[in-house]
Amino acid sequence: MSESSFSTASNRQFSTWLVWAIALFVTTIFLWILSDIIWHGARQLNWEFLTTAPRSAGRKGGIAPIIVSTALILGVCMAVSVPVGVGTAVLLAEFTDTENQFGRLVRRSLDVLAGVPSIVFGLFGNAFFCKTLGLGFSILSGGLTLACMVLPILIRSTEEGFRAVPSHYRLSAAALGISRTTTLWQLLLPAAVPGLVVGLVLGVGRAIAETAALIFTSGYVDRMPESLLDSGRALSIHIFDLSMNVSGGDANAYASALVLLVLLLLINGTAAWMAEHWLHRRITPS
Amino acid sequence: MSPSLNDTILIWTLRGFAVIAGAIALLIVVFLILEALPVLRQVGLWRFFTDASWNPAEELYNLTPMLWGTLLAMAGSVLIATPLGVLSAVFCQYYAPPRISSLYRRLIELLAGIPSVVYGFWGLVVLVPLIGRLHPPGTSLLAGIAILTIMILPTIALTADASFAKVPPDYLRGAAALGLSRWATVRGVVFPAAKSGLFTGLILETGRAIGETMAILMVCGNVVQTPKSLFDPMRTLTANIALEMAYATGNHRSALFVSGLVLMGIIVALVAAAEVLKPSA
Amino acid sequence: MENRRSLILAFVGLTAGWGLQACTKPPQAATSTNQLQGKLVLTGSSTVAPLASEIGKRFEAEHRGVRVDVQSGGSSRGITDARKELANIGMVSRSLKADEKDLQAFTIARDGVSIILHQDNPVQSLTDQQVVEIYTGKIKNWKEVKGKDAPITVVNKAEGRSTLELFIHYFKLKNSDIKAQVVIGDNEQGIKTVAGNPNSIGYVSIGTAEHDASNGVPIKLLPVSGIAATTENVQNGKFPISRPLNLVTKTTPQGLDKAFIEFARSPQVQDIVKEQNFVPLSQ
Repeated sequence: MSESSFSTASNRQFSTWLVWAIALFVTTIFLWILSDIIWHGARQLNWEFLTTAPRSAGRKGGIAPIIVSTALILGVCMAVSVPVGVGTAVLLAEFTDTENQFGRLVRRSLDVLAGVPSIVFGLFGNAFFCKTLGLGFSILSGGLTLACMVLPILIRSTEEGFRAVPSHYRLSAAALGISRTTTLWQLLLPAAVPGLVVGLVLGVGRAIAETAALIFTSGYVDRMPESLLDSGRALSIHIFDLSMNVSGGDANAYASALVLLVLLLLINGTAAWMAEHWLHRRITPS
Repeated sequence: MSPSLNDTILIWTLRGFAVIAGAIALLIVVFLILEALPVLRQVGLWRFFTDASWNPAEELYNLTPMLWGTLLAMAGSVLIATPLGVLSAVFCQYYAPPRISSLYRRLIELLAGIPSVVYGFWGLVVLVPLIGRLHPPGTSLLAGIAILTIMILPTIALTADASFAKVPPDYLRGAAALGLSRWATVRGVVFPAAKSGLFTGLILETGRAIGETMAILMVCGNVVQTPKSLFDPMRTLTANIALEMAYATGNHRSALFVSGLVLMGIIVALVAAAEVLKPSA
Repeated sequence: MENRRSLILAFVGLTAGWGLQACTKPPQAATSTNQLQGKLVLTGSSTVAPLASEIGKRFEAEHRGVRVDVQSGGSSRGITDARKELANIGMVSRSLKADEKDLQAFTIARDGVSIILHQDNPVQSLTDQQVVEIYTGKIKNWKEVKGKDAPITVVNKAEGRSTLELFIHYFKLKNSDIKAQVVIGDNEQGIKTVAGNPNSIGYVSIGTAEHDASNGVPIKLLPVSGIAATTENVQNGKFPISRPLNLVTKTTPQGLDKAFIEFARSPQVQDIVKEQNFVPLSQ
């Protein structure tokens, strides 16, 4: 055994030093970006900003309708992608063998989907949801398009979550004569929740950060939406418009980015909390 | 085990979902082909790689420089982000005290959600002038790789972190009993055990790197040329579509969809390669 | 479990309440007794979109039963959507070309295009010939035009953009002749690129550049043929590179379309036009 090359004192020190250095480097870069946003954006942030509508193309006023639109788009996205995603992941992980043709096709198709550029999703969403299905520029179109984007991430992570559940869970359940459906709901799903949560967090992160896909599907209108079929501007599009299209919009662009980050923190925090306390039941491993 | 009615309903529902999930990629490809047909019929696929330059107003449609741009940016960012991300996850799981570890994880989760426009904006206003001082113009392949790395790092870091968390604690206890150092355990025990999760992260981050549009648009310079050095401005296929789609009609518009098809081709090729190289579960 | 459920319900309730509160519009003073109803959809140029959106809001305030939805997507989209009647009105940030004469255009504002340099660049003006030579790559260093000894970073706009077409039309260039180091999409991207590189040269909308320059962004506008690049000079017609911002329709506008277009061209919205850094039509 070449143990000596693994565990010499200097080797150990170097690897510890390397890992800490990398963590520090990554943290520095990210804090750089975050502090930029906070520094420029915190000044505009107040209650009025969060509850009034934009004026003067977004330079003045607030972003209330935009927050609502974003929340609705995210809601639609998650409402569609979580059932379809978890369902597909369950099928792939639990009910198909690794050599199964159907399973492999679906997996390859999802890998391809993971690589489709956001702008192609936007154009596709526009052609399919807005035109073919007749939904027009709407929150529904935007949410459905985002669901397509988020599916591969969700499915992959959830599948990993299921794979990590030890096989004796399933065998014990079978030995007790429990139906597969019950096994799934009561045993496996709760145990696989960590994978699901990672997928959800990554998915929501991707969805909330999406710009190109939404310009062509949920649109540009910054009015408070009155139904899911209304066009609504998402936060990321508002940030894009303010920073790249409207002169003097930088200040509010930063503030909107800050609001987006706080929203994300809330969503991630809630997901993690839900996973910890509500859904994940740790069954004592033998 | 006798299949109860419940189970049958379940399986068919799940199959339905899977069919929906699997059909989307197909629909997208069909859509791209339909839109790309007009120019393909008129001009043919070969010219997309052999014309003098990319100048649709003058009927020139060479995609090769932009193809290089996409591939180089993707390769560069994945090469840098993977070790950084994986080691970040190692830090989170095995080296950091619990409070720091959860703070670090929150930080990375936050970064996964920053919009590409914000990254692009920051890149344009902070990174590009920095690089520009080294070597004008600043908007360059390097800026693109840097921003992409930052953007895809959360994906690989979080996926790796999740897969490390699933390594059975017995493995770790066994390694400790054998007297392996922390790094030796990580390298010799954790990595092989987490293989499939790491691979998932790799696929997801490569997909993101190929598909990123807005941030690249802002920091890469968008000049249609094959970059010969890290400091050369270049244009990726995605940035091209975003930049020109708004103002393109007729053959120009179809040509942009052809570039979309080429992108899909790259992805399919990568997925096929991954299939071959995939570590067995 | 019960505690958590009620917590969640409370959270949802609070969010809904906040959302509804933000929804309620303050009561409007009754202004017009116009009976206009319906929805108006405008698509097209991202330059015109913010302007149209603000005009739309004021129009909605005066006609309570009307909704004006503005989507962007580019001038070409404005043309195609107007033609196919996928939108009521198209927004186009240039004058109509020869093959677009089947549509009708109504100008709502004007905009000029000016060359911008970084504030610290000692060069104060360039002749048309110099601009052409810089953009075609014949002049590569600022010292050749009495500036610093530094390579010029040429910033050009992406193909198809109205600003680009105006630029090459005035300077009699072809886009394939231009040798640029950076290609940008929207105006602000151009301004930020030039502001970040002291040796760059670019061209953007005058109104946007004027506004940013007066707000501390380190750029300056160059005169063209001796005429200063100001919105004033665009308004009195002296500045040579200018473009109309148009609303286009397929057929002669009737009813709601007509009312909106007339509103957009009226003196009632001149302040909005100025606020968006464009030049209102001289009445």
